[in-house]
Amino acid sequence: MKAACLLTIALCCTLTALSQDLRRRLQAQFIESPDGVIIELPEGRFQLNMALWMDGKNNITLKGKGMDKTILSFKDQLAGAEGIKITNSTNITIQDLTVQDSKGDLIKAQLVDGLMLKNVKAEWTGKPSKENGAYALYPVQCKNVLIDSCVAIGASDAGIYVGQSQYVVVSNSKAYHNVAGIEIENTLYADVFNNEATENTGGILIFDLPNLVQKKGGHVRVFNNHVHHNNYPNFAPKGNIVGKVPLGTGLMILATNNVEIYNNRIINNRTAGTAIASYYIAEIPIKDASYYPYPGQIYIHDNVYSRKHQRTTMKGRMGLMFRLKVKFGKDVPHIIYDGIVDDKVQHPAICIRNNENQSIGNIKAANKFKGISREMKAFDCEGIKQREVELNVGK
Amino acid sequence: MKKQLLIVLFLVITVLVNLALMPNVSRPVFERKQKLSEYNFFTGKLADLQPAPSVIPYDINSVLFSNYAEKMRFIKLPNGSKANYTSAGALDFPKGTVIIKNFYYEHDFRKPGEGRRIIETRLLVHEENGWTAYPYVWNDEQTEGFYDVAGDVKKISYINASGKRIKIDYIIPNKNQCKGCHIRGGNMQPIGPTAAQLNREYVYATGKQNQLSYWQQQGLLNGLPAIQTITKFPAMDDLSQSLDARARAYLDVNCGTCHHPLGPANTSGLFLHYSQGASIELGIMKSPVAAGRGAGKNSFDIVPGKPHKSILSFRMQTNDPGIAMPELGREQIHKEGVKLIKEWIEKMESVGP
Repeated sequence: MKAACLLTIALCCTLTALSQDLRRRLQAQFIESPDGVIIELPEGRFQLNMALWMDGKNNITLKGKGMDKTILSFKDQLAGAEGIKITNSTNITIQDLTVQDSKGDLIKAQLVDGLMLKNVKAEWTGKPSKENGAYALYPVQCKNVLIDSCVAIGASDAGIYVGQSQYVVVSNSKAYHNVAGIEIENTLYADVFNNEATENTGGILIFDLPNLVQKKGGHVRVFNNHVHHNNYPNFAPKGNIVGKVPLGTGLMILATNNVEIYNNRIINNRTAGTAIASYYIAEIPIKDASYYPYPGQIYIHDNVYSRKHQRTTMKGRMGLMFRLKVKFGKDVPHIIYDGIVDDKVQHPAICIRNNENQSIGNIKAANKFKGISREMKAFDCEGIKQREVELNVGK
Repeated sequence: MKKQLLIVLFLVITVLVNLALMPNVSRPVFERKQKLSEYNFFTGKLADLQPAPSVIPYDINSVLFSNYAEKMRFIKLPNGSKANYTSAGALDFPKGTVIIKNFYYEHDFRKPGEGRRIIETRLLVHEENGWTAYPYVWNDEQTEGFYDVAGDVKKISYINASGKRIKIDYIIPNKNQCKGCHIRGGNMQPIGPTAAQLNREYVYATGKQNQLSYWQQQGLLNGLPAIQTITKFPAMDDLSQSLDARARAYLDVNCGTCHHPLGPANTSGLFLHYSQGASIELGIMKSPVAAGRGAGKNSFDIVPGKPHKSILSFRMQTNDPGIAMPELGREQIHKEGVKLIKEWIEKMESVGP
């Protein structure tokens, strides 16, 4: 950091001014600030009627007086679906503030190299609703992303969602009352650790989807997280893939390769502590020739599983599957695998060992759920350990 | 007092940085003014928008919907310079070119020319390092436009073509939002003035003439091929064109600048530019990626034959900022556009799942 370049522009005088005035000043600063500026926000609650957008900036920090102390509310905004949008920039930091109630995503970053979100709360207030925006914290097509000590609440898709990005760390954060707590989608090299995902429909999702610009994700490590009580009814608007996630999903891997899941506490997620599935389980036709729909090189080890002796959810299409086809009753295995495999692959796609209370249900979905197996042995292998992600942030 | 010191320090550093960055060339190709009138683009009363001799008015075939605002477009090339003809994309304009777009409402759309309110003027300037946008917001007295990067909301009121009084907010985008449409692969560029869009007649003081031939005749355009060989971009209301051509041209102009492989909406994998083939990328039986509640209750962007089940038409039929597409200029629903796209989807032959 070039300390000499750092300038502080205080906005203290706007404390009593109208929030609309603050929006105009902030937006002007977002556009006109030279490199290296710290834009400081005062303590207080500010009602902004339009999205704030920063584009093409380097080394800018937006800093409040603390989570829940500086609050930017976008409730009833007139324009711009997002709360804060950052595009085509390098080394941008947002820290120590709360953003609330935008129509669309709360903080979206696209094509940013070096994004730090620290001590930021992004929330939709009130009861979780399908009217809430899709993503609370939403880096997409970014590189070198650090999301640390953040809180995401109420997203009708995913609280912390990293899509089509590379070199990502999500740590020490909390996600609750979202459809998906934390989602890593079509993203390469991600470490997700020391987070708490609770009371979402699904806690942590690692997805690879077809028809996207960044085709392939993977090399993801999920460790030391507390993924518990993710039994919140799915409130995603219809038509979204996340709407297919059954309530009670702790951790789910969909069609992603090279994923290591370890040292997590995966507790009381009533449908599946961990679900591993191919894209076929979504029952959506695939029209992307370059897309690989099967999960592979998955290594699940040294986690702690625990659940109440109770039935899975009976809701939705997945509920139907559990009720009519799979019939585990109350003795639901901790790990559920759809068993849809790529016949061309010889080596084991999934290794599971050394987990406390580990149990599996291979539901053989490709075989019309015939021959469902709880056999652990086929998965007892030494899997691939993924490398630590090294971020190149703030350099 | 510390704050004031910081502001002074900030100003000093800004000046120093600007000085340091100034190129060795003595005069930049363009100097940004605080007031629109200072450019002398117009003669007489500013609000009359009477162009100065070197400022050329033009129209395009297929226009972007902007909250039912009318637009007057002008272009000014530096003295003695010419644009080069290109068959695809905007014409190759020389450095120093200024494109001037004025947004206004007739007081009564049934009586055009009998009074209007100009809301904003957007300049797109070809500078040394590429194109830059400079937005100007008009005052209520209609005497001046002032440079304003932050965007604003104006209450507007007018009588529409059906005689109905419309009172609605008009959102003036901030300077960054210009990029929302004008950026392509990281660089700003003009969208409207392509050969196919300019290939139409305009009534000049000297009479009616094809715009491209006029530009050539005025010495503003190099390399123009025979007019008959140039594609004409279809207008949505030109019924001599096929439904497919009109719908695809509408989608290109209103959606395809972002929904393009090099545009900011490429994250969605949905591409709506004119040359996109009729495939899943066009949205046909394509599942949304990050649409959130924008999907409504629908599973696919386009379900052939079923506009009421297609996300594309769903998002055109609302002005909720969390759902509405396009994201800008959509404080009102474009009824004619919705009708066209619904008809197009309705008549699209269904394909197997």
